[in-house]
Amino acid sequence: MCLAVPGELMEIIADDDPMMRRGRVSFAGVVKEVNLAYVPEARPGDFVTVHVGFALSVVDKEDAALVFQFLAEQDGEPPSTEASG
Amino acid sequence: MKYVDEYRDAAQAERYVSALRRVTTRPWVIMEICGGQTHAIVRYGLDQMLPPGVELVHGPGCPVCVTPVELIDKALALAARPEVIFCSFGDMLRVPGSQGDLLSVKAAGGDVRIVYSPMDALELARRHPGRQVVFFAVGFETTAPANAMAVYQAAREDLDNFTLLVSHVLVPPAAEAILSASGCQVQGMLAAGHVCMVMGYEDYEHLAARYAVPIVVTGFEPLDILQGLYMCIRQLEQGQARVENQYVRTVRREGNPQARQIMQSVFQVVPRTWRGVGEIRRSGLNLRPEYEHFDANLRFSIQDITAAEDPTCISGLILQGLRKPPQCPAFGTRCTPEHPLGATMVSSEGACAAYFRYRGAAGTEKRA
Ligand code: SF4
Repeated sequence: MCLAVPGELMEIIADDDPMMRRGRVSFAGVVKEVNLAYVPEARPGDFVTVHVGFALSVVDKEDAALVFQFLAEQDGEPPSTEASG
Repeated sequence: MKYVDEYRDAAQAERYVSALRRVTTRPWVIMEICGGQTHAIVRYGLDQMLPPGVELVHGPGCPVCVTPVELIDKALALAARPEVIFCSFGDMLRVPGSQGDLLSVKAAGGDVRIVYSPMDALELARRHPGRQVVFFAVGFETTAPANAMAVYQAAREDLDNFTLLVSHVLVPPAAEAILSASGCQVQGMLAAGHVCMVMGYEDYEHLAARYAVPIVVTGFEPLDILQGLYMCIRQLEQGQARVENQYVRTVRREGNPQARQIMQSVFQVVPRTWRGVGEIRRSGLNLRPEYEHFDANLRFSIQDITAAEDPTCISGLILQGLRKPPQCPAFGTRCTPEHPLGATMVSSEGACAAYFRYRGAAGTEKRA
């Protein structure tokens, strides 16, 4: 039940209370209203990670590609450091 | 779905599987703490792709599974009261208490409602001032900021018909309980990415140093888990024991400061009993004294209930990584998702339910 799902922030719904700052977030086309109090830095076009109606993190677009670059970088290392010990 | 589908790519997964074979020279035992990761591992058969001798053991990371029977029984007692609207996340509805579950209370006329967010429960309290809305606040650190916000707002609005039945649990103390147990086999850990998204991972740096185990903060998609395993095994092979962050796209070392701040203002750390495991010190959250008028225990003065587990259920051992579901005599026979005896068969993130769903009633089928 701790799963959080990334969705795209489409628009921010203004509220005088920063704790009630909300936004409309699209999860592959399904749009839900999400509380943005914990991601004051989030802007439309960002992907936010949402759990039980709250955005808890903004997905870092550059870091998101690291999973795919990681092995190529490993392959650049001399193999002896990988399998020592 | 962006930031989901690409991390399920089979060709990339194959590259990680080969890399794991290159880096692994001997057997290792690694625990994934989080039930969401257990689910993905069993669903995608990741454990069956690993080099020989690398074993994954499943940890206690499913809040539904570790909620004590006594607390489920309290929830059932509250939900049966005529003045109460009892709100819960959907996955708690079928968790067996000592007599029935929330679904059976609902069938008998109790006003039990599934909510997606604690804010939905708060909204029900606003709309039904003549009723008492009780929210079953279950979860790890991931869920605590949402539940804290519901209390924070209820206090601001002076709502007197909204309370929480709190059963919050904290992951690092449970990880420490496992690592410090005598005979612990776990040599490396994958930490739960979404818990770290909120709390950061400084707590794990102490654990890694103290127990000399590498801990890798890891996401939930197959490539995340394979990369997390690669990082963990590479450290083991090199004799290192550090914290590394695989889930960099979502997790920062300090976590989410805004969320932590509200959590800390509403909740305090308390001892907590884990179903099947027992009490772990400083492993739970409860409301601070300033917010105790939102505590359902005090509002309704419900008695402490003592309840017994089904004696055949070994979910406690499964939650500590000491047994696997097919080793339970009731697995797939007396205990199925339709008729669960223990919580690890109910929750979709429970290890027993994951094995039953993806490995069949014997728990041993290979992935097609
Ligand atoms: S199969 Fe059922 S009875 Fe056995 S440990 Fe799992 S939940 Fe308990």
